[in-house]
Amino acid sequence: MPAVQETIDQVRSIDVDQYKYGFETEVEMEKSPRGLSEDVIRFISAKKGEPEWMLQWRLDAYKRWLTMKEPAWARVSYDKVDYNDIYYYAAPKKNQAPKSLDEVDPEILKTYEKLGIPLREQEILAGVEPERRVAVDAVFDSVSVATTFKEELSKAGVIFMPISEAIREYPDLVRQYMGSVVPVTDNFFATLNSAVFTDGSFVYIPPGVRCPMELSTYFRINEKNTGQFERTLIIADKGSYVSYLEGCTAPKRDENQLHAAVVELVALDDAEIKYSTVQNWYPGDAEGRGGIYNFVTKRGDCRGKNSVITWTQVETGSAITWKYPSCILRGDGSRGEFYSIAVSNGMQQVDSGTKMIHLGKNTTSRIISKGIAAGKSENTYRGLVSAHRKATGARNFTNCDSLLIGNQCGAHTVPYIESKNATAVFEHEATTSKISEDQMFYCQQRGLSEEEATALIVNGFVKDVLQQLPMEFAVEAQKLISISLEGSVG
Amino acid sequence: MLEIKNLVVQIEDKRILNGLNLTVNKGEMAAIMGPNGSGKSTLSYVIAGKEDYEVLDGEILLDGQNLLEMEADQRAAAGVFLAFQYPLEIPGVASMTFLKATLNAQRKARGEAELTTPDFIKRVNAAAQQLEIPKDMLKRALNVGFSGGEKKRMEILQMALLQPNFCILDETDSGLDIDALRIVSEGVNALRSPDRAFLVITHYQRLLNHIVPDTVHVMSAGRIVKTGGKELALELEATGYADYRETEAA
Ligand SMILES: Nc1ncnc2c1ncn2[C@@H]1O[C@H](COP(=O)(O)OP(=O)(O)O)[C@@H](O)[C@H]1O
Ligand SMILES: [Mg+2]
Repeated sequence: MPAVQETIDQVRSIDVDQYKYGFETEVEMEKSPRGLSEDVIRFISAKKGEPEWMLQWRLDAYKRWLTMKEPAWARVSYDKVDYNDIYYYAAPKKNQAPKSLDEVDPEILKTYEKLGIPLREQEILAGVEPERRVAVDAVFDSVSVATTFKEELSKAGVIFMPISEAIREYPDLVRQYMGSVVPVTDNFFATLNSAVFTDGSFVYIPPGVRCPMELSTYFRINEKNTGQFERTLIIADKGSYVSYLEGCTAPKRDENQLHAAVVELVALDDAEIKYSTVQNWYPGDAEGRGGIYNFVTKRGDCRGKNSVITWTQVETGSAITWKYPSCILRGDGSRGEFYSIAVSNGMQQVDSGTKMIHLGKNTTSRIISKGIAAGKSENTYRGLVSAHRKATGARNFTNCDSLLIGNQCGAHTVPYIESKNATAVFEHEATTSKISEDQMFYCQQRGLSEEEATALIVNGFVKDVLQQLPMEFAVEAQKLISISLEGSVG
Repeated sequence: MLEIKNLVVQIEDKRILNGLNLTVNKGEMAAIMGPNGSGKSTLSYVIAGKEDYEVLDGEILLDGQNLLEMEADQRAAAGVFLAFQYPLEIPGVASMTFLKATLNAQRKARGEAELTTPDFIKRVNAAAQQLEIPKDMLKRALNVGFSGGEKKRMEILQMALLQPNFCILDETDSGLDIDALRIVSEGVNALRSPDRAFLVITHYQRLLNHIVPDTVHVMSAGRIVKTGGKELALELEATGYADYRETEAA
């Protein structure tokens, strides 16, 4: 595992300041008026050139949202968000519907270059860069600025485009599926998103097609005082397969910024969706100033028989994380998986987990969660496994492990289990451990520094989950975890 | 090579080493024998740089360098190796991964180039073969679920790879059956060289039949109370530690 060494080099190469994606890009932006109102929603909808039904959908959601209360049950505390003090739409001025990369503002291209995200498909195609082939949708604040490999994908019948484009080009598909997994009224943040969502990705894989490459979306929040409300919808038609990855970063700022996303996955008969997240929003500084509030609703519907949805998440960023990627196991024989690594350091607060809702017969689910808490952070796993009356033969295996670094942090496990079917078998294992001083001494005696030793032990702790990520991303994730824990020892 | 002068160490207000003096020369195989609780493991930890111990007085010099001023990892890079009495488990980290990370960390600390993977694997395989360590054990998480004997062999494998110049073996013989004792001893003997010194801590004479010491020190109540040649070990085997216990009262 040369990655350990790379990890260490990476950790060494950064100074006191651990977050290396904290830079800002100077581009001229066009914004909606500050705050939230019907007019702002009409503004967003008009900017996107949306059909009337979409605007109506948004306005209905907004009306509903006005009657809702922000949830308070999660183990996180934060200053109240003033929903009328943020911008709901911000887009680079020069970036009105670019046809190709050449039309994209060079400053923005530079941004993605700095972030290490491959947008130059010509070079990749020409083999100049011996990179993995990954199609990328790059979302900058409220708009998608580039999507690569569209043509090659469309040859396979795969649709991969910004959702705002899909609303115009494939209205029937979008109308059929959007809101069918996460209803408009689902929860406070999802309803807000339904009213004001700006961009995100749309994916459709036709029956029997194995998507020829990894798909990914990179979300970048750049503009000040702006919320990002991404909306992603992935549909895997019968017997198809797709692997999708999202990554996220933001500049360092003293103010908190809101990110409230909705992601919906639909897997029809015998289809499989692998959805991986490497979440690295700005976490705030050591005193807890700034950082992203990450309030996200992600849900997958295993609608068809024998369908499979796998969520893999590596969560290292954000000041507050409120996120429960879930699976509705509707189709008989369907399977849901949730693999999670949640790292918290400094003053970060994480409340994350999953729901596995067993509705169909012989449905199975598997949950592997690894929480790592360092600094003064709080890290909670919250999970629900339930079996419906008709879910004969439902099975779940849950394993939740927490690792504490230092003695000022907290790790908590809150598992809920509900079974209305006597044949359901649910197993739950949980452990909490600390890196022992003896383990540290042993590693240091063999020549590893304190930081190298911590990185190695943590990598061992999260191995089962890292193995679930596509190879290249596993290496990335491993680095990221070590960087996030930088400064947590000594 | 190693020079310890008047070492006084306590932990949680309990005095464990009481003005210990010890010299080990280059190329020497030195043995320390002594009853349980006399402070042998403590001595090995203090040489290697474990943090919990409070050094009240004295010094430890390795080739003139003051070890007490160095962190444990710096001491390792300077050539100190401790084969633990109770090796630690590192869950999820394959033994091979651990070996590579530690070897490269030490090489880097000494300003040497990292080993290439094929070169590294060649060295591991050679050492593993000599210690009769099967390849699949190297793929398993370090020491997790290993038997007592396997753990001790893994310690010697690490020693063989890291090529330290001052090796401490803390009761490496405990928990070994006769065959394993032979394999481990051969592994240690193969590393004997004019540039390398050993400090072998043991209760029993039996290890010293395989690893023949140049000098034997008797430790009691945190001090070296007698020093002699290899015949001293045989003597102790016959008489036990009874003669030395009275010093504990002092
Ligand atoms: N962490 C500790 N806290 C308190 N006492 C300790 C600690 N470690 C060792 N001791 C005590 O120090 C003495 C020497 O222990 P040790 O060095 O392990 O001896 P040996 O290896 O010779 O059996 C024993 O009395 C032991 O109980
Ligand atoms: Mg001992």
